[in-house]
Amino acid sequence: MTFEQYLQTSLSALKRNRSRTGLTILGIVIGIAAIILIMSLGKGAQKLILSQVQGLGTKSVVVVPGRQLEGPPSTVGLESLKKRDLEELSKPYNVPHAAHVIPLIFGNDITEYESENFRAQIYGSSDQMPVIFDADPVEGMFFSQDDVVGSANVVVIGSKVNTELFPNGGGLGSRIKIKDKSFKVVGILPSKGASSLINFDDGVIIPYTAAQNYLFGTKHFDRILVDVDTEANIDITIEDVKQTLRMTHDIDDPTKDDFSIVNQKDLADRVGVITTALTYFLAAVAAISLLVGGIGIMNIMLVSVTERTREIGLRKAVGATTKNILLQFLFESVVLTLLGGIIGIILGTTASFVASVVIGRLASFEWTFIFPIGGAVLGIVVSTIIGLIFGVYPARQAARKSPIEALRYE
Amino acid sequence: MHTPNLIEVNHITKTYTEGETSTKVLKGISFTVKKGEFVAIMGPSGSGKSTLLHILGLLDEQTSGDYIFAGHNSKGFSEEALSKLRNQRIGFIFQSFNLLPKTTVLENVKLPLLYSDVPRSEWDKKATAAIELVGLSHRINQESGDLSGGEKQRVAIARALVNEPDIIFADEPTGNLDSRSGKIIMDFIQDLNENKGHTILLITHETATAEHAERIIRIYDGEIASDEKVKRRRTASDEYLK
Repeated sequence: MTFEQYLQTSLSALKRNRSRTGLTILGIVIGIAAIILIMSLGKGAQKLILSQVQGLGTKSVVVVPGRQLEGPPSTVGLESLKKRDLEELSKPYNVPHAAHVIPLIFGNDITEYESENFRAQIYGSSDQMPVIFDADPVEGMFFSQDDVVGSANVVVIGSKVNTELFPNGGGLGSRIKIKDKSFKVVGILPSKGASSLINFDDGVIIPYTAAQNYLFGTKHFDRILVDVDTEANIDITIEDVKQTLRMTHDIDDPTKDDFSIVNQKDLADRVGVITTALTYFLAAVAAISLLVGGIGIMNIMLVSVTERTREIGLRKAVGATTKNILLQFLFESVVLTLLGGIIGIILGTTASFVASVVIGRLASFEWTFIFPIGGAVLGIVVSTIIGLIFGVYPARQAARKSPIEALRYE
Repeated sequence: MHTPNLIEVNHITKTYTEGETSTKVLKGISFTVKKGEFVAIMGPSGSGKSTLLHILGLLDEQTSGDYIFAGHNSKGFSEEALSKLRNQRIGFIFQSFNLLPKTTVLENVKLPLLYSDVPRSEWDKKATAAIELVGLSHRINQESGDLSGGEKQRVAIARALVNEPDIIFADEPTGNLDSRSGKIIMDFIQDLNENKGHTILLITHETATAEHAERIIRIYDGEIASDEKVKRRRTASDEYLK
């Protein structure tokens, strides 16, 4: 018998008992569908988290004030990053691979325009901020270096701030109030969504000098971002930044650093590893249902073998060998599980697509649907293997039947 | 002219052992069947005639003695070779038809071809011819469950004939049929022997059925009681004389 004939024989046997076939593969269908769903959602979540983490690109090194080592977060040294650090880090002989160095100051407060108001994230930074964050205004332009030097009362506003304060448009050139100080809107940003560091849509950006002098009355920065020229120079640059800051802060012992450095690439890699591990863990849990499904198939196949004792006897009487019978029943269980696997993949893919649409609607962030090709291939392979493993025992029982016993069976 | 023996049985015994007790079902049986013969094996139930048929049909093995089928001793064959012989040289007709359920007449008749060396392109042709021979062409795509008992047995006969076997073993072929259908089947089997030259070995416990054969071997308690020619064979025309 050829492969095709075995396939046909098993298909027609399964067709003879449609409802049982359907019920038998249910376990496999659910198991495979669950795996596909988990892997698809896992990949989607990973992509979302990574896009948030990588909001400022993997070439950036973030300097965070204070000691952020083990133990409870230290409050000592949270004001350690000053203007002098910014100046030293910007010098090419200190940090030769730094393409841009910008400070960041965070806050939030009510912004007002006439009768409208909105609680916005307030960011103080330099004129080079749009280069690092790829955030050029759609209307107007970003504030200039002169604005920074002169503590100018100018502001670039996010898309949501724009629609909240200026529901009828005309924001550009108007003056809005932040903490009762008046700022002129010089630029409006496109809708960008949130990254791990900056929420552009809900935010307003002003020169850091203006933020320090007029709004917060402080002299320190909450972050200093160093944008490295190429990814290959990240490690060198981290060292350069550390040396420079230790020098300006008079620190000899590296364990006494009053700053820490977050490398975006490391963070992205770590998040990737964690979400992947989590996805595979959940998929492994779902795989247990496949095991149960396989046992279900074995049970039904054993019942089927007993029921079809006469058929087996007849087939042997008209010339089927033991091998023919063994392969016929093995094919049946593999076709069963494979069928279950394919239906499971279709069902799981549909479910994860629907889930991605629903999540996208309910949550404010963008959730992309990902077809888990790896999961689909895995599903096909796993269901075939389950069919083989759990089909061997019933098939051997079938093949072992002696033709006369089988023909006599009522 | 010398006709070769298709079947040669020499002192065959069969003992079933179950636990401590062993039952001797066949106690040394010897006979021969020539090509083209129509032999009936008769005996009451428990006489061992079914066991004998299973051995002759290469479905079971004797405990002792020799069975020579078409010149070859059955002991020399592997499982594979026995399957091939059953497939190509033997046709079976059973009391309970043994058709595959929910399967068409055509597919049922094609079943032995599935295990044969016949190229696939000829399957439909051969099966259709066999179905035509038993007069069921108009039922070819019906499911086996929709047929009457007599029709089912005719499908089984077509299935037995499809590989053009040397011999047909018929085990109580009329046992599950009403007398009219049984008559038609027996006339058909007789026709296969007389006009198409098939060798037939029939098993039955009814004298009337056995008398369609040329020769009757009677078995009692695992031994041959008599082996003689039928003096007045029943034929299809008998029915009309009544």
